[in-house]
Amino acid sequence: MTDTDDNADAGWFAGGSSAGSEATGDDPALRARIAGGEADAPRDWPGLAVESGFADSRDGYYDRLHEASVAATREAVRERERADDKQLVHAVRAMDDCERTANELAERAAEWAGSLFDDAEPGIEGARAVAEREPEGELERRAVSLAARVADLAAERDALAETIDRIAPAVAPNLAEMAGPELAARLIALAGGLESLAKKPSGTVQVLGAEDALFAHLSGRAPSPKHGIIYTHEYVRNTRPEDRGSASRALAGKLTLAARVDHYSGERRETLHEELRERMATIRARVEEGSGDGGGDGAGDDTVAATEGDE
Amino acid sequence: MSAPDLPAGVERREIDGETRLATRGPPVYGEPTADGWRAWDPGRSKLGGMFELGFETGLSGDETVLYLGAASGTTVSHVADFAGPTYAVEFAPRPARDLVEAAEPRDRLFPLLKDARTPTRYAHVVESDVDAIVQDVATRGQAEVAVRNARFLADDGRLLLAIKARSEDVTAEPETVFEGALDRLREGYEVLETQRLDRFHEDHLGVVATPR
Repeated sequence: MTDTDDNADAGWFAGGSSAGSEATGDDPALRARIAGGEADAPRDWPGLAVESGFADSRDGYYDRLHEASVAATREAVRERERADDKQLVHAVRAMDDCERTANELAERAAEWAGSLFDDAEPGIEGARAVAEREPEGELERRAVSLAARVADLAAERDALAETIDRIAPAVAPNLAEMAGPELAARLIALAGGLESLAKKPSGTVQVLGAEDALFAHLSGRAPSPKHGIIYTHEYVRNTRPEDRGSASRALAGKLTLAARVDHYSGERRETLHEELRERMATIRARVEEGSGDGGGDGAGDDTVAATEGDE
Repeated sequence: MSAPDLPAGVERREIDGETRLATRGPPVYGEPTADGWRAWDPGRSKLGGMFELGFETGLSGDETVLYLGAASGTTVSHVADFAGPTYAVEFAPRPARDLVEAAEPRDRLFPLLKDARTPTRYAHVVESDVDAIVQDVATRGQAEVAVRNARFLADDGRLLLAIKARSEDVTAEPETVFEGALDRLREGYEVLETQRLDRFHEDHLGVVATPR
């Protein structure tokens, strides 16, 4: 919305040199237009380009488009590949900070609002309600304003979550599909990047986020942790406790492979996901086999999930 | 019911002793070739699967195509082999790197590193009134993406869509997911044909539609 406003309805070739002019040096500008330009609606660009003299024929136009789009996309890919997992790490850390700060401030805001208004509710929702009020006087103005910051922080947290949902599959398609965008982002953040995650053994991935418990174990004070942050995954959380170790091991193994495929090839690999579904079905099937010794608790949930991988 | 004709440029050829779907062009991903024809594996390509299953795609060859979710160019390279100008939109950088390599030797294939959910970011490049949109994006809101991109499609154009149930909701029944997606799709399109692609792609629904 800056100086490109004039071009809102122009094609990528706007301002490009006309057909036949040799070595015009406008290629970087055209590539930048392809990468960063916008238009409200598509138009008959080939026709318009011929009309404006950018190309002498539709074929000539397509030749120039091919050259420019291949170069622009190659450049953009190079740039994005460098940055993306780092950006994801920033986003997920910022999201956590926003959430923690919003909750903390919400407590303070609720306490204050409770002393001023009769119907003040606790938590983020309460802060949102307070923020809507018309304050009277200095003190109410400050309390309402504080509640408004809480609401803003919570909104920023949600916006960051949406961004993570959107870019995690781009950074790590297999990992994001297997773990969900948020957990994928957290694993990458805990490892310090996709590359370092890809280079970790699966036993390490299994306990990422459980460092305290791991070091307690290493110094002989506690049993080894079964799972770290991957506990938030449905496959671990919704598996009965005695099988959670196997479930975490299976999940961590496939997550590690997913991270490696994402880092080294970037292609989706369906077999990876199928293998995990099958393995999980096997683990959860133990509930039925061993129903004699173990309690039946949670068996209902597990059978639903177990049939999922059967086909 | 006889199977609809394949577009010109797509043929069943004998490759490695098997009759396989094939197009003519430079190889891209190490696929088997014979006499300049490259085997088109329906197990790796939703559109290939739709051809094998006899969908009425409305494609006859030489169309202008907008391909959403081109990934590393496996399918879109075959499309560019038989179609006319082909715009390939892919959002993820790593597959797009391979897409660029597939596009380089194909002078009517235009790779674009763009998010299919924000068409205004490529409406300055992709022309209006394309004959077909092929969509294979693995994100939530697949029907929404198709509706937003309807602006590129000619009035009598075709949307060839593969809906992946697991991208919408991993836990829900695929049938439920498909119904929800089709409801959303009908806000912008008339749905002409649907069929499960399970023979080649588990929990995917193939859809042919035309703008309303």
